[in-house]
Amino acid sequence: MIELRDIAVRQGAFNLARVTLRVEAGAHAVVMGPTGCGKTTLLEVIAGLRDPVSGRVLLHGVDVTDVDPAARRVGYVPQEAAVFRTMTVRANLAFGLAIRRRDSAAAVAVLAERLKLTHLLDRRSVGLSGGEAQRVALGRALAFGPCVLLLDEPFNAADAATRADLIALLKDERERRALTVLHVTHDRSDAAGADVVLDNLFGASGG
Amino acid sequence: MSVRGFHLTLGLIGGGYVALVAAMLLADLLATSPGHLLDAFRAPEIRAALALSLVSSAVTTVLAVATGVPLGYLLARSRFPGRGLVELLVDVPLVLPPLVVGVSLLLVMRGPFGRAVQDVIPLVYEPAGVVLAQFAVCGAFATRSLRATFAQLSPRTEQVARTLGCSPWQAFRLVTLPEASRGILAAATLTWARAFGEFGPVLVFAGVTRSKTEVLPTTIYLELSVGHLETALAVSLVMVAVAFAVLLTLRRIAPETPA
Repeated sequence: MIELRDIAVRQGAFNLARVTLRVEAGAHAVVMGPTGCGKTTLLEVIAGLRDPVSGRVLLHGVDVTDVDPAARRVGYVPQEAAVFRTMTVRANLAFGLAIRRRDSAAAVAVLAERLKLTHLLDRRSVGLSGGEAQRVALGRALAFGPCVLLLDEPFNAADAATRADLIALLKDERERRALTVLHVTHDRSDAAGADVVLDNLFGASGG
Repeated sequence: MSVRGFHLTLGLIGGGYVALVAAMLLADLLATSPGHLLDAFRAPEIRAALALSLVSSAVTTVLAVATGVPLGYLLARSRFPGRGLVELLVDVPLVLPPLVVGVSLLLVMRGPFGRAVQDVIPLVYEPAGVVLAQFAVCGAFATRSLRATFAQLSPRTEQVARTLGCSPWQAFRLVTLPEASRGILAAATLTWARAFGEFGPVLVFAGVTRSKTEVLPTTIYLELSVGHLETALAVSLVMVAVAFAVLLTLRRIAPETPA
C-alpha cells in the first residue's frame, strides 16, 4: 500500500502542495498529469530521494518519511531508465541483490527471460535501444523483490507489442508478489492495465 | 556552403594556432643540436631534475585528483552555504600570477600552522616543497575539470542505486565513480601536464638547488640565466618528448570516443 498524506514539496519556483493519495496493496494505480506538473517529484518523494517540506509517506502502513531510500524497498524506474552503463546488463539486473550479498543468478535468469533480455545479458549497457534500456531498468527494479514499484513514463520507448508484454508482466508480478505499482504518465493509453486512474491529483496545486 | 567547405573554413581558422605551436617546436629544434641533446641526457644534474620532475608531478597529480574528486563532486551536486565562496577560492590559483602563489606559500609557512607543518615535513627549499608548490596550482585545475565531469553525469543513476539498497558511499563508489572514470583520467592528464611544466611557484617556494629541488623547468631557467641557450632548448625538447610519451599513453588508456 502506498499512502501520501498532505505532501508538500518546494523546489525553487516549483511547488507541489498538499497531495494526498492512497493506493491499496497489490493495486496498479496510474497518476495522469501533463508534463511538468510534478509527477516525477512525487515519485522521488515516495522513493525517499526528495524530502517533502511537510506531510507523511506511508508504505504498507509504515511511516517511511524519515527512512533512508536504501531501506524503503521501493523499486524505481526513472523515465530516462538510467541504466548503469559501466556494467553489463546482467550486473544491472543483479545490482539490488548483489548489494544485499544475496545470490542473484536464478532471479536474473527468470527476469531476463520474461523481459526478453537473455541475449543481452553479457553486453555492456552502453548503446542499448530505448526500449531495451527501459526493460533493463524495470528488471533491475524488480529483481531485489521490492514491495512497491514506481514507474515514470515506463512505456515511452516501447512499441505496441512490447507495451502489451510489459503490462502483462507487471500484472503477473503484482499477483505473485503482492507488489503495489504506481505509475505516472501524460499518455492516457498508458493507463491500460491499471485498476485505478488518478486524474486530478495535481488539479488543486496548479503546479 | 558544403560541409567540406564549412570544415575547411574552421580548419583554416584553427590551423593558425596549430601552425604557431609547430613553428615554436621547429624553431627550438633548429636552435639546438643532437650533440646538445645528448649532453643534456648525460648530465647527472639534468637527469636528477628529470627524475624529480617525473616523481613530483606524479605525486602532485595523485594528490590533486584525490582532493579534486570530493571537492568537484560537492561543487557539482551539493548546495551548501558558502558554495559560491568556495568556488571563487578554488579559482584563485588559476588567476594568481604563479610567482605570487610561491610567495604566498612562503608566507603561510612563516605562520604558526606553517611552522608546525615544517617541523614534521620540511618543505621550504626542500624536494617535498616542489610537490606542494605544484599542488597549490594544480589542485585548482583538477577540481575545475572534475567538477565539470560530475556536473555532466546525471545524478539519476546514483539515486537509483540508493533505492536499490546502496548507502551514499556505496552508490558513489559503485556507480558514480566508474561513470566518472573517463573524466577523472582526463583531469589527471591535464593536472599532470600542468604540474610537469610548473615553474613560478616551484622557483620561489622550493628554490633552485641543483640536484636537490631542481626540476626541468628550473633547469631551463638556470641554463638560460647563464647564457646556455642550446642546453636550455635541449632540455625543453626533452620535456616535450617526455610529455608526449606520457600524454599518448594516457590517451591510449582512455580513448576520447566512447567504446
